[in-house]
Amino acid sequence: MELYSLTIHELQEKLRAGEVTAAEILASVYQRIDRVEDKVHAYITLMRESAQAQAAAADAAIRSGDIRALTGIPIALKDIYCVQGFTTTCGSRILHNFVPPYDATVVAKLRDAGAVFTGKANMDEFAMGSSTETSYFGDTRNPWDLTRIPGGSSGGSAAAVAADECIAALGSDTGGSIRQPAALCGVVGLKPTYGRVSRFGLVAFASSLDQIGPFTKDVEDCAILMNVIAGYDPRESTSVNLEVPDYRSFLSRGIAGLRIGIPREYFIAGIDPEILTSVRQAIGTLEKAGAKCVDISLPHTEYCLAVYYIVAPAEASSNLARYDGVKYGFRSEEGRDLLDMYKRSRSAGFGDEVKKRIIIGTYVLSSGYYDAYYKKASQVRALIRRDFDEAFQKCDLIATPTSPTAAFHIGEKTDDPMQMYLSDIFTISANMAGIPGISIPCGFTGDGLPIGLQFLGGHFQEGTLIQAAAAYEKTAGMAALMARQKQAKMNF
Amino acid sequence: MEFEPVIGLEVHAQLRSDSKIFCSCSTQFGAGPNTHTCPVCLGMPGVLPILNRKVVEFTIKMALATHCRINRENSFARKNYFYPDLPKGYQISQYAYPLAEAGGIEVEGDENRKCIGITRIHMEEDAGKLIHDEHFPASYVDLNRTGVPLIEIVSEPDIRSAEEAAAYLRRIHEILVYLEICDGNMEEGSFRCDANVSLRPRGQEEFGTRAELKNMNSFRNVQRALEYEIKRQQYVLEAGGEVIQETRLWDDAQGVTISMRGKEEAHDYRYFPDPDLVTIVISDAWIEEIRGTMPELPLEKRERFLRDYQIPPYDAGVLTASRALADYYEEVVRLCGQPKVASNWVMGDILRFLKEDKRDIRDCPIPAASLAEMIRLIEDGAISGKMAKEVSEEMYRTGKPPQTVITEKGLVQITDAGALAAVIAEIMAANPTQLAQYRGGKDKLFGFFVGQVMKATQGKANPQLINDLLKKMLP
Amino acid sequence: MKITRAEVAHVAHLARLTFGEEEMDKFTSQLNDILLYMEKLNSVDTTGVEPMTHATVLHNAFREDAVKPSLSNEQSLANAPDPRGEFFRVPKVIE
Repeated sequence: MELYSLTIHELQEKLRAGEVTAAEILASVYQRIDRVEDKVHAYITLMRESAQAQAAAADAAIRSGDIRALTGIPIALKDIYCVQGFTTTCGSRILHNFVPPYDATVVAKLRDAGAVFTGKANMDEFAMGSSTETSYFGDTRNPWDLTRIPGGSSGGSAAAVAADECIAALGSDTGGSIRQPAALCGVVGLKPTYGRVSRFGLVAFASSLDQIGPFTKDVEDCAILMNVIAGYDPRESTSVNLEVPDYRSFLSRGIAGLRIGIPREYFIAGIDPEILTSVRQAIGTLEKAGAKCVDISLPHTEYCLAVYYIVAPAEASSNLARYDGVKYGFRSEEGRDLLDMYKRSRSAGFGDEVKKRIIIGTYVLSSGYYDAYYKKASQVRALIRRDFDEAFQKCDLIATPTSPTAAFHIGEKTDDPMQMYLSDIFTISANMAGIPGISIPCGFTGDGLPIGLQFLGGHFQEGTLIQAAAAYEKTAGMAALMARQKQAKMNF
Repeated sequence: MEFEPVIGLEVHAQLRSDSKIFCSCSTQFGAGPNTHTCPVCLGMPGVLPILNRKVVEFTIKMALATHCRINRENSFARKNYFYPDLPKGYQISQYAYPLAEAGGIEVEGDENRKCIGITRIHMEEDAGKLIHDEHFPASYVDLNRTGVPLIEIVSEPDIRSAEEAAAYLRRIHEILVYLEICDGNMEEGSFRCDANVSLRPRGQEEFGTRAELKNMNSFRNVQRALEYEIKRQQYVLEAGGEVIQETRLWDDAQGVTISMRGKEEAHDYRYFPDPDLVTIVISDAWIEEIRGTMPELPLEKRERFLRDYQIPPYDAGVLTASRALADYYEEVVRLCGQPKVASNWVMGDILRFLKEDKRDIRDCPIPAASLAEMIRLIEDGAISGKMAKEVSEEMYRTGKPPQTVITEKGLVQITDAGALAAVIAEIMAANPTQLAQYRGGKDKLFGFFVGQVMKATQGKANPQLINDLLKKMLP
Repeated sequence: MKITRAEVAHVAHLARLTFGEEEMDKFTSQLNDILLYMEKLNSVDTTGVEPMTHATVLHNAFREDAVKPSLSNEQSLANAPDPRGEFFRVPKVIE
């Protein structure tokens, strides 16, 4: 067994026992990167030298007895977090050379916990996309089938974990950008409750929807990372000052007695039948393990996508106004005057998908359209949240497919935005309501592509999600299945 | 036709917090360019605003002082537009839900006191500064001012003349400075004003088309610009023309307002609630706590001075022009017990000295206690009023207490009746002719003898005592 | 048509973006599809529903009024495409 293929908790045992050093773990991970990165292209920037220094520092800390939550663990960061002194591009030309003078709060927390940063992972430009194809720095391939997309927008993070190019990774989720690529790449991805993990230093896409979360190889690693990144941050007004439980304490609680809501609106025509079968089987497994399934309804589900494609672009159109070629980032040299410089810099600096969403967002906020679009969408959003509040009176968590399809081919949906947007149809509602959601692998298609099972929970119920996910993972024997499939399919 | 001007004013006042509204950078004026800047106020990616509590408290103070309704829930919105002095591409401001609404203040109007309504007071962030290059087609951006807290105070269109506008502005300025929430410095831009002006035939209800005036950076310019604009619109209307709704800039050098027509584009600010900031909820307890720290406001103080000190309205106005001056005056009165005399000295010599030196009352070298003591010495007859002039000048120059000055200058008044009687007797003996004439009925010569006594005593004799003794001894 | 080519051009100007002819046609058509899809919201009765503009019900997140060190001038300008002296330089504003 190569070190790079292990989990955080497995490596921690070895580090504590003195069987391996952080330097050896990092070397193993970089050996893997050197072998597969050309094919997968999970990273925009590799941080090899600074990672070596971090690993050396981790080994020194271990020798002095200072072992922290992530000491010596190689972690990939989506290129959406500011890391002091390292280019932070957000997958865009307009930030191709931006070097922040500050660390995002999550980055600082990982640093404090002793983590080693492997590099900055690829992503859809400004996290706008479901396939990582809109990145200015080229697309990322799904390690399970290199002709397919890894999902998005955190496709680089998901692919890096799946391809063992890191031990775990962080992503961000505005409409499904953690859960959907986690499902498509066969890894665990958690989007926490809005306000649970600080957004400070996360390059904003849609401020009222964005949330940071982990990508891991199993549920235990997910709990370990959540223990590090969750918590109040005085630098964010929407950060919630609420005690953080020990998420590891939920891992072995089992599922007996939990009421699982099955929303009828999420099991509909249009979903890939293989996925429907696999998810139903997973729910059956949970029932056998003692969970009680209840039928529920989330009546405003069909409006989620329309609300999302108003609210997210509206906020984005404003959040992305700061990229104007004045203070940092790309500036067109051809600008004859200020207005011309603005237009040339932004038009050449942003890709098509980003420009499209800026236009939608600008339109729905503009004079005469605000009430019909932005206000209306915000009202329907309130109803979507109300649906969940009512549902959680009847159940402890909700189970759904993560994505209506498995990984699709590169280029398959790039010309049809509506088809692309439908990839997020089951994940967007959690961002609308601000609730947490997790995607865990629950099987494979006939083509050997991973399928994701999503659990949604009430506000700040990440613990319950981890509890159910861990119970499923164990009962279904996912670790063994995953290892077998990986050996059979990921032979590069 | 007779026209009536309708004027509304928008005041932007910088708040005197130490740090900016959404980050911890200093608000101090005059630092090197782009040195009071951080990732937040530079609008770097990923950073987030956190509201300065003091900005809310200062705004509540202004709302209380101007009798506004305080909205128990209020919030920030984003005003979206591109300009190099606006690093985020939007200004964080209050829009649909301002902190305060529906208030008003009393001002001295054209005829008598009248109330000018205040539509709203809201918080927002200031923009940076753009310096245009005169020789090269470029501008330079300094973002130190970006994020300095502002309140915008919007008046109702209740103002009917340029003078009234100036009176309203002075009152707003005075209140802000009294509350110590704005330094009121117009040259540094801490207090700025825009005006909306229209004319309507007297007696007509509905408003005419208005012009917005900008670029007036003193009370005087606001008044001049309004006077000009009122005349301009009057000519336009009288000639059968129409006033165009537009922004006009005041040109101080030429004394005219100039149209910005064609230079401003149709704005669509796309306001929407700022998702990065949460609702501000103001409890009654918080308001009462702030009310407890409110100073007496100028108008109340003026009325109390009239009532308690029985001084003329003019004096009360001058003495309450600033809180520090009023405090100084009150301290002098408390120590000497003579309100009118104290008022004469403060308004006379003290303000004259300070004005000559361009000094603030807070930097006055004569402590209130010294001035009070000097007034008591006059009252006791220890020095004459004339001597006091000399004493006050010396006190101002050296900061020494009056007794020290009097001793050092040998200014002690002769109040010993026996000694003075001896001097008078000598003078009577030396001037037999004048004495005879006085006794023969030439009353005017009384002054001659006073002068002689003053001369003989080098002005140190108590004038009242001289009078009394002469009246006794001459006949 | 929900949105015309001219409207897209106007909105693009507000957003400080420009498009080539072909791009413009493609964008206008894609935007129309998206805006048509959004019409489904009209069938939802939202009478009396308070808009949800934040995913949190928090209020009063304040900081105390304390000055902390700023970036240096050099750090502030470190990423600037066209720094001049102590300033960010921009092309002339044509009014």
